[in-house]
Amino acid sequence: MTSEAIPLDVRDRAIDDDTLRARLAKTWATPRGLWGALTTVDHKIIARRYLVTAFIFLALGGILAVLMRLQLARPESRVLGPDFYNQIFTMHGSNMMFLFAVPVMEAMGVYLVPLMVGTRNIAFPRLNAFSYWMYLAGGITLWLSFALNMGPDVGWFAYVPLSGPEYGAGKRADFWAQMITFTEVAALAVAVEIVVTVFKQRAPGMSLNRIPLFVWSMLVTSFLVIMAMPAIMIASSTLIMDRLVGTHFYNPAEGGDVLLWQHLFWFFGHPEVYIIFLPAVGMVSSMVPTFARRPIFGYLPLVLALVATGILAFGLWVHHMFVTGLPRVGESFFTASSMSIAVPAGIQIFCWIATLWDGKPVFKTPLLFVLAFLFTFIIGGMTGVMVASVPFDTQVHDTYFVVAHFHYVLIGGAVFPLMGAVYYWFPKFTGRLMSERLGRWVVGLVFVGFNLTFFPMHILGFEGMPRRVYTYQHDVPWAALNLFVSLSSIVLTAGFLLFFIDAIRSARRGVAAGDNPWGAATLEWATASPPPPYNFAHIPVVDDANPLWSAPETLTVAGGLRVDRRELVVTSVAEARPEARESSPANSIWPLLTALATTVMLIWSIFSPWAVVWGSIPIAIALTGWFWPKGTPEDEA
Amino acid sequence: MRQGSRAAASVLPALLCAGCAGAQSAFDTGGAQALGLARLMIFIMAVCAAVWLAVMAALAFALWRRRQEATEPLAIDARRQRRMSLVVGGSVAATVVIIGLFTVTSFWVTRSLWAGDRDAVKIDMRGYQWWWQVTYRDGNQAFTTANEIHVPVGRLVRIRLTADDVIHSFWVPSLTGKQDLIPGRTNEVSFVAERPGVYRGQCAEFCGLQHARMAMQVIAQSPQDYDAWRQSQLAPAAKPSDPEQVFGEQVFLSKPCAACHTVRGTSATAQLGPDLTHVASRSTIAAGVLETTRGSLAAWIADPQTIKPGNNMPMVALSPDELNAISAYMASLK
Repeated sequence: MTSEAIPLDVRDRAIDDDTLRARLAKTWATPRGLWGALTTVDHKIIARRYLVTAFIFLALGGILAVLMRLQLARPESRVLGPDFYNQIFTMHGSNMMFLFAVPVMEAMGVYLVPLMVGTRNIAFPRLNAFSYWMYLAGGITLWLSFALNMGPDVGWFAYVPLSGPEYGAGKRADFWAQMITFTEVAALAVAVEIVVTVFKQRAPGMSLNRIPLFVWSMLVTSFLVIMAMPAIMIASSTLIMDRLVGTHFYNPAEGGDVLLWQHLFWFFGHPEVYIIFLPAVGMVSSMVPTFARRPIFGYLPLVLALVATGILAFGLWVHHMFVTGLPRVGESFFTASSMSIAVPAGIQIFCWIATLWDGKPVFKTPLLFVLAFLFTFIIGGMTGVMVASVPFDTQVHDTYFVVAHFHYVLIGGAVFPLMGAVYYWFPKFTGRLMSERLGRWVVGLVFVGFNLTFFPMHILGFEGMPRRVYTYQHDVPWAALNLFVSLSSIVLTAGFLLFFIDAIRSARRGVAAGDNPWGAATLEWATASPPPPYNFAHIPVVDDANPLWSAPETLTVAGGLRVDRRELVVTSVAEARPEARESSPANSIWPLLTALATTVMLIWSIFSPWAVVWGSIPIAIALTGWFWPKGTPEDEA
Repeated sequence: MRQGSRAAASVLPALLCAGCAGAQSAFDTGGAQALGLARLMIFIMAVCAAVWLAVMAALAFALWRRRQEATEPLAIDARRQRRMSLVVGGSVAATVVIIGLFTVTSFWVTRSLWAGDRDAVKIDMRGYQWWWQVTYRDGNQAFTTANEIHVPVGRLVRIRLTADDVIHSFWVPSLTGKQDLIPGRTNEVSFVAERPGVYRGQCAEFCGLQHARMAMQVIAQSPQDYDAWRQSQLAPAAKPSDPEQVFGEQVFLSKPCAACHTVRGTSATAQLGPDLTHVASRSTIAAGVLETTRGSLAAWIADPQTIKPGNNMPMVALSPDELNAISAYMASLK
């Protein structure tokens, strides 16, 4: 120990405020320079990396979308060949789902959940660092394979037999399957961290009925991740085994079954939609009360709606398989279950409108995004009810109607709230506000551009245009609408560009925000912007669901934590009564080394099954280093 | 209600696609199945549109209603709270009723789609990358053709669907909804075409490189025309009549062509590619890529990989004379 002046076991109440902050800063700091960057376990730094990486993938996926619109603008166009086009739409879908949408939502959770529940770091912070490195490696793997013309070309759903050993030549589908492994490991790690953080690290007094709704949404999302991901892990692993070592899980000639893949994939794939969507509604439930200047109406129904959505999410995967010839009575059951998801969605929409009605809305950019969300998402929800109907679905399944539907749900339902959330929490992340003037332009361009781009796709679907076609002939009447869609996508692209420009500019030159620029009610606004490495100098005590509104000047705090080592308060699950002081791990290089070893093994295993044997040795060494007792105070506890 | 939905069923397609008759469209219906689906779709969409408008109106009212001066955020009026609960609860109840209605309606429409009929035209369809093999089992004798289905107007058609390689999906939206062709499984789809005409369809499940070029046609004819067509298809291939066609047949049988294709009445009986016995009677070749003419047949045989890259037909080296002769022979296979 180098702490020459600090006596052992110093508690926060024993010293004055300035000394306390200085000592906490020293204890929780991330060292400057490369070493600090590689070893940090600060949830805010890791979340920031996650966010920046995810938005880079959004931009890359957006470029692919623009390329597709370029190709489809005219019939029989030759801008892209069929092989390249099929790689591009596969990359677009896989990238947006696995490298943008899920990680960006988890990143928001990694940043905000510890702040919102009033703790100093996320649970298992080294696992958190490991998860980011795994995600980064998975993303780079996928994009490198694409750059080397080995990009997957079997769709983000990779249906067998097309992705199987006989028809999916080369290593393309293997790269896809292995990218899944990377991102699933990363997502599972974050999910476990969030569940434990929410259950055991809430500020004293934050009983279940005082948990902010965004935290509830991340909790439900994390359970969805934990329960849905094993299905896709099994699916992608068995696919790799079929391709690499000649098993026959999906080979009907040898007793395998091609529909098994679809069941496994959609048992994951449908909850996946809610893994993206639930954090977004959590964001909406955070922004609405702030800008309505009123506590959320219907807190309990909103929580129950989140939980109900999470449970129902596992009961409707078959609506992706309505035209595969499954028994019709069974299909009708899935019609009912798929449509019933409209009930929790409706509850949330009605509660938000009621909150706005009873409040006094302040029309700042985040609220404008919420309004764009309501307009757009409800259309997406309606078309979702339509595709849940078996007969309706037989006409629109795998057409541009479905393309329109899920972009309404994913962009309207998740990306609009996310962009609003970026405007909303940007001052907390950076200490600076984004531009209100540019923000209005962004909302306008993205909202108008989105609807002009995607609404006509519903009609294209009715007119018989299937998805995933690299071109269409002159004898079908789709040319005019497709050209219109392609031109409209320019407006949408301009909106996203302006969003990126505003974010980059504001990070450097935005107006200083202060702790709580919107006058919001939740704990993340009770600390500095950006928060210090230790988040809170004093752990807040909560006696209300809107702590900063009920006690704006005099937030009660708890004391008794040591300042010479990383400590946080562990509380009980239901009542959040303080139970113990728990140490929180210090910075470490081992998560990075473990991620590197795992990366080598996973990529090697695309080419040889022996990688699983020999590649696990470096992983074992790295894990041994990770868990070796080092005699630091954090490790002793 | 019924009258209203019928009127809507005729107005909406006009709005959706002015002047796209003969194309593949879910609202340009040619038979009972597609019409039933179109009505259901319009019913659900009309209800959803009304609900959406109501929610948007409520949102607009919530945002811009007159209100008193700002109060404390935590000052909640309990009586107002109760009124809001009633309105929200009522809206949720209405949601439940509407989706219940949709579920039951969907169930009934699904049932109506699967009416059985002993007298149905029975067809087996097998999906290949990237064309459709069609085998008729109507009557005692079977015959095979490709990418084009002829059906008699007014008679139920039942198609058994399976696939040889990867998953494909049968979809002729003007006649009925889609159904997948899956290796190792057999599915079934049935429809009636009620007015004569040509209905276009195309593969609706991503099936690889040329998924975009896997179209088909359903040609609905009067029962007399259909019978005539069936008789002509049952017949073996026409014997070549002029020397060029005779030479063409020799080229066909001696080159690799016969290793994949069948021409009934000759020694070519392979099943890997489309049956060519009456290839010139079909209106397109290569699953809708080219109109069938002697010129397009020659172009296709000369260089199939440029016209439809990645398809399973290799480029066979032929002299100009051989190419000419073989395309003349193909064009004679009416």
